[in-house]
This record gives sequence, structure tokens and C-alpha cells, in this order.
Amino acid sequence: MKAIVNVSLKAGVLDSQGKAVHHALDSLHFNGVEDVRVGKQIVLKLNENDKEKAMADVTKMCEELLANTVIEDYEIELV
Amino acid sequence: MKVSILQFPGTNCEYDTQHAFESLGAHTEIIWHKSETIPSDTDLLVVAGGFSYGDYLRSGAIAKFSPVMKAVSAYAKEGGKILGICNGFQVLTEAGLLPGALKRNEHLHFISKHHHLRVQSNENVFLQKLNNGDIVNIPIAHHDGNYYIDDAGLSELKANGQILLTYCDESGNEKNPNGSVESIAGVCNKEKNIFGLMPHPERAMELILGSDDGVKMLQGFLK
Repeated sequence: MKAIVNVSLKAGVLDSQGKAVHHALDSLHFNGVEDVRVGKQIVLKLNENDKEKAMADVTKMCEELLANTVIEDYEIELV
Repeated sequence: MKVSILQFPGTNCEYDTQHAFESLGAHTEIIWHKSETIPSDTDLLVVAGGFSYGDYLRSGAIAKFSPVMKAVSAYAKEGGKILGICNGFQVLTEAGLLPGALKRNEHLHFISKHHHLRVQSNENVFLQKLNNGDIVNIPIAHHDGNYYIDDAGLSELKANGQILLTYCDESGNEKNPNGSVESIAGVCNKEKNIFGLMPHPERAMELILGSDDGVKMLQGFLK
């Protein structure tokens, strides 16, 4: 099983990289973009077949290491 | 006076820090991160600057799991004094020993220059040799120095006098190089035994190198 973890800055925390990318898109005349958030994706290959157990494990990984929950949110997708 | 200085893979300010404290008459020892203990005669533990673990994932995120960090937490709990400079500040926030977090600089540039700082609170061992409102000139060198804390956390910092230093111009007017909340450059914990700042006082020890304002800061720890 694979876990795909998306980490991004919390809503309300200024995302300078997102702003810079938004600005760059504007200057390329992509005018239909309302907002840009830049995050990171971490892909984990797990040797676990129990989805519930995997979700619990990866949540713990996010809380302890993969995200800094002072400034970041995370989303986990199991595939 | 014994100063123990932590060294992780990628730390690069440990020898500057050692030189700075030895020039003030302290004994120093560099502690490799694999050590599970810190010397029992340590009067001050410094988490030195640099790029521990290449800043992978987030600055300071991997270092917080180094073997030595358990001893650091225990030392902190006993009231031991800890100073985190630059990457050391990032490590201490990641480890939960200091409040807040350090984000990428607002304008995304690595900033390396001298910057003025205003002393906000000298009611602590670190800044006791300075007066509130004093302006010091200290080098900054960081990519992730944009201090963030939520509103509730900020109120708490203010209520407890935990904001140590803020960025300013040479006249003391607020000037924010990196987007930090309220231009915060350094904070301490509520108990005032753990200190963290992005600027490098250990690089401001001699006038010939631009400033010796770091002397009065580091002297605060001497006994």
C-alpha cells in the first residue's frame, strides 16, 4: 500500500511561495487564477495491508515529523 | 563556566561559537549529536547555527530526533540554560522547546547582512547586560527566519516578556527583513531558561569584523 501525504501551510498562514507563483502566472497572462498554495508531497510505500492501521501510523508520522502542525496542515491518501 | 555546543551533521557555526565563548573566558566542548548525554558540568548548552541535515524536510525537523535531543530536553526540564542560534533556534522550535515556528523568508531570498535589533526584554539572563530599547548591530544569515506564531501565542509571549529582540533600523524604528510576526528576531520560553534567535551574536565579537555588540549578549551567560 502507498500513502500519499500532502503537506501545506495552514489557511491564514501567509504562503510566500504561493504568492510568488501566483505573481509569475499573472505575468504569463494566466489571469484566471484566484489563489495559489505551494505545498509538498511525500509518498510512502508501506508494508501494511490494514488500511485503518496504515492511516493511524501515517497520521502519527505526520504529527511527529512530516508536518509542523504549528504552521502546516496535512492530508493523507491511501492507494 | 562551561559551554557545551551541539554539533549535528551540517552544523557550521560550532567553531565560531566556541571561539566567541572562549574569547570571553569560558571553557567549551563540542558535543556530537550521537552523544546520549551532555557533560554534567554544563552551565550553558548552545545549539549552534548551520544547516543540520541539509535543512531536509524543514529546517531543524530531522535534528530534533538526534540521540542527544533527549538529554537536551531533560536538561531543559531541570532548568538548564539553552541558547539556540539561527538553525539552533529552528531546532528548538521544532523540538517544541520554544514556541512558534520559522517559515521561509517572506521574499524568498536568503538574507546575509548586518541588521539592527532592538532589545525588548532584558529581564532574563541572556540580555541582562543590555537595557530595554538598546539597539545592537548583529549579522543575520538565513533562508527560514520568518517567525510565525498564532495570535493566542503572541499574546502569551507579550504577557510574559518572552519577546527578546525585534528587527529595526539603526534608529530603532521597526524594520522587518523577513516577514516575521511583529518583526520578532528572538524569543525565550516562559521559564526564561531557553533562548532562541535568528541573528548571530557569535559573529559580532570584534569591531574589526563590523560589530562587537555580540559580546554584551553572550556575556550575560557568564559567571
